[in-house]
Amino acid sequence: MAEPAPDVVGPIVLDADDLNRVLTRISHEIIESSKGADDVIILGIPTRGAILARRIAKRVGEAAGRTIPVGSLDVTMYRDDLSMRPTRALGHTDIPASGVDGRTVVLVDDVLFSGRTVRAALDAINDIGRPKAVRLAVIVDRGHRELPIRADHVGKNLPTHLGESVRMKLTEIDGVDEIVLVREGEVQA
Amino acid sequence: MIKHLLSATDLNREDAVLVLDTAAEMATLTNRSVKKLPALRGRTVVNLFFEDSTRTRISFEAAAKRLSADVINFSAKGSSVSKGETLKDTALTLQAMGADAVVIRHGSSGAPHRLASPGWIDGAVVNAGDGTHEHPTQALLDAYTIRRHLRNGHGDLSGLRVTIVGDVLHSRVARSNVHLLDTLGAKVTLVAPPTLFPVGVQDWPATVSYDLDSALPDADAVMMLRVQRERMNAAFFPSAREYSRRYGLDDRRMALVPDHGIVLHPGPMNRGMEIGDSVADHDRSVIVEQVANGVSVRMAVLYLLIGGARPDQPVAELT
Amino acid sequence: MSVIAVGTQYLLRGARPLGAEPVDMLIRDERIADITEPGAIGGSDDVIEIDATDLIALPGLVDLHTHLREPGREDAETVKTGCAAAALGGFTAVHAMANTDPVADTAGVVEQVFRLGQEAGYCDVHPVGAVTVGLAGKQLAELGAMADSAARVRIFSDDGKCVHDAQLMRRALEYVKAFDGVIAQHAQEPRLTEGAQMNEGAVSAVLGLQGWPAVAEEAIIARDVLLTEHVGSQLHVCHVSTAGSVDIIRRAKERNIAVTAEVTPHHLLLTDDLATGYDPVFKVNPPLRTKADVMALREGLADGTIDIVATDHAPHTAEDKDCEWDAAAFGMLGLPTALSVVVQTMMGSNEGPAGLDWAAVADRLSIAPARIGRLPDHGRPIAVGEPANFTLIDPGATWVVDPKNFPGPSRNSPYTGRTLPTKVVATFLRGVPTVLDGQLQW
Repeated sequence: MAEPAPDVVGPIVLDADDLNRVLTRISHEIIESSKGADDVIILGIPTRGAILARRIAKRVGEAAGRTIPVGSLDVTMYRDDLSMRPTRALGHTDIPASGVDGRTVVLVDDVLFSGRTVRAALDAINDIGRPKAVRLAVIVDRGHRELPIRADHVGKNLPTHLGESVRMKLTEIDGVDEIVLVREGEVQA
Repeated sequence: MIKHLLSATDLNREDAVLVLDTAAEMATLTNRSVKKLPALRGRTVVNLFFEDSTRTRISFEAAAKRLSADVINFSAKGSSVSKGETLKDTALTLQAMGADAVVIRHGSSGAPHRLASPGWIDGAVVNAGDGTHEHPTQALLDAYTIRRHLRNGHGDLSGLRVTIVGDVLHSRVARSNVHLLDTLGAKVTLVAPPTLFPVGVQDWPATVSYDLDSALPDADAVMMLRVQRERMNAAFFPSAREYSRRYGLDDRRMALVPDHGIVLHPGPMNRGMEIGDSVADHDRSVIVEQVANGVSVRMAVLYLLIGGARPDQPVAELT
Repeated sequence: MSVIAVGTQYLLRGARPLGAEPVDMLIRDERIADITEPGAIGGSDDVIEIDATDLIALPGLVDLHTHLREPGREDAETVKTGCAAAALGGFTAVHAMANTDPVADTAGVVEQVFRLGQEAGYCDVHPVGAVTVGLAGKQLAELGAMADSAARVRIFSDDGKCVHDAQLMRRALEYVKAFDGVIAQHAQEPRLTEGAQMNEGAVSAVLGLQGWPAVAEEAIIARDVLLTEHVGSQLHVCHVSTAGSVDIIRRAKERNIAVTAEVTPHHLLLTDDLATGYDPVFKVNPPLRTKADVMALREGLADGTIDIVATDHAPHTAEDKDCEWDAAAFGMLGLPTALSVVVQTMMGSNEGPAGLDWAAVADRLSIAPARIGRLPDHGRPIAVGEPANFTLIDPGATWVVDPKNFPGPSRNSPYTGRTLPTKVVATFLRGVPTVLDGQLQW
């Protein structure tokens, strides 16, 4: 029986310091483009997007001098591939009490790839309310878009092959901050 | 995930907690302006109710519709079933209609199992109450309610003590609850007159008691079961008055329940029989909330059972 | 379909009567004409030879308890198809229970069933007469008329229902003394079993199915053996199913009370946990019980407390079984599988009492039932001059149960898909083969 070859873990594309700088830069960009972050609400897509959202909200809050509403938005039930795979467990959704109506929602995710997750998130937001604007912040944009979606704030542009994947580790759940490129093992005939 | 939900024993601890966690996510839906999720769009859910039960049927209907499923209601009265069509022929009709899930309530224990047997229907079968056997979604919503109040809505029910009072012999709610509460780590005490316990209850993971007063001071949650007055005609107890006096949860007994203790009831209540009026409306009665929780729990069950690939679909590669 | 000429002779080579040394048997004019050492009789043109090497010869099996469903439920079974099943199972005589439609409570109905049996020709049919009119338990049926009829009824039973009225049971026990009759009781106290679906115990508690407590059977048996003793009559207990019942019968026999008892093959093998899954093929009355009951029944059959095995063959249509448990009819097919199940459970099995040998199997399945049924031509020794009613079986063979292969329209066998030991190869009724090579002869 063919055994899958092991994944080849490649180079570190962002280490802890890099990630720090990226988060700081994105946070400043958010303040700039929203002219002071008065009506900003930050929603991360679980699991890692939600963690990153909290880090960004903290930095934005420190720079702007007030608390920025932050939460999480699980998009599992809005995915367009639900019926193609066994049922997926849901992630946690936590919309701050201030809601999204009339606000600038900044969606946060770890990696932007086909764009389908973000499309699902837009549908989810649509059922929650009507924001003034929705912006997208990602740490890594790895290309290969299948939908007309682009990020407003990008940590790093990283060209990749389809057989590769971007793996992000975050201290809150993995004990370390690190982003590596992995070539997925091929099944040998 | 399991294919059918026929009995509370179909769920291990992990599955049960997953259902409760999923229900918690579904519950946040009620705060939205658009109370709909697209997860079951294009799926067909059939409510096959051979027994009258408006409340449970509406609960399942709301759950299915909030997940954007198409719902078909089939009740026994005035249908081909009341004209003598067999369960099997009804099943074949449903199969031809392409039902993804069939929610069935039937007066015979084991009817959902027949429906789920090979050659009957392909869809998922959800037991909404079969005879005196089980009512798994009721137990799930009871556990969800208890967890919300006594465990902050997280994890399982380890260490909690639940007292269930009433007609255990004829109660599908009791059977499902005994199984599920045990799976979730709670300790169960059953209270009833000796005539209302089944022979064989000593093998169940629960303590059996004939004395309600002594079972209340240790109860974190008290669940009162509906007791039919008519049972006295088959000599299960001498009179409704005596039953109520010895096994009813009245104000005096409510005072024996610990301060944090909650009171549950699957409904419909026989006010004055198994539960006093003021107890039913008490601060610590969660009976009304149970109904709302029922919708979230049933949404979770439907989503977990049929929200993913159909069994015959090939699994496609994803980006 | 071959026409069997009257007077055809058969020579069976190498058969082993009751498992003893091989012999050749010559069958002529409805009797066993000769038994010799193998090879002692030469072949001849007008004698059909049958190779019976390594086959055991047993007296034709006699079933004291069968449901042939005709008249009334021919959609489930007819006398013809039921008797065909009996012959395939090695039986040469069956007693047809009275719960037909109309009930066999008059000379007219029992004679009709008797005649249908003769026409079919696969085995002898002895109708059982009802004890009470319409099985209603209120008034004695004309037991004397049935005894005097062409069917010569000797066994009377309301089987399906219990003769629960103590006074009526007493009268019935007394009345049949006049013609050497036997009351065969279906022991089930009705008030303790209202709506009952399966054995009352740990399994029924979990499944939420109404229980049928063992005491409902035992209480009636206890009462009936005492009544029998008091009036000096004879009692037969149908389908004993509990350890407690075996105990009561054992003690009654110790007091020399004239009681006989039967057990079904399924109660020797199957237990109530099979109801889990709610497949009504396992729904039967009396219900399947616990392992402890099964062991006590095996012991009782081994030590003779239980005299015979009787099938309680109960065919049902698909509509009556392919539904939810509550709505399903009670009963299992039993004729084609009876011998195999007895061999599996009682001959040298790993659990339970020391095994029966072939002589004991012959006793429980043929000799004793013939005696209780008062059948002079069945259950006879395999000896020269005896009526040629016997069966040849292959003890080493195994077969997979598939009800589609049984005669008759019903498919409700609880052994579907199981591999069982021992095959019936041939059955002879008064010197005429009804089954050869495992196939019906017409």
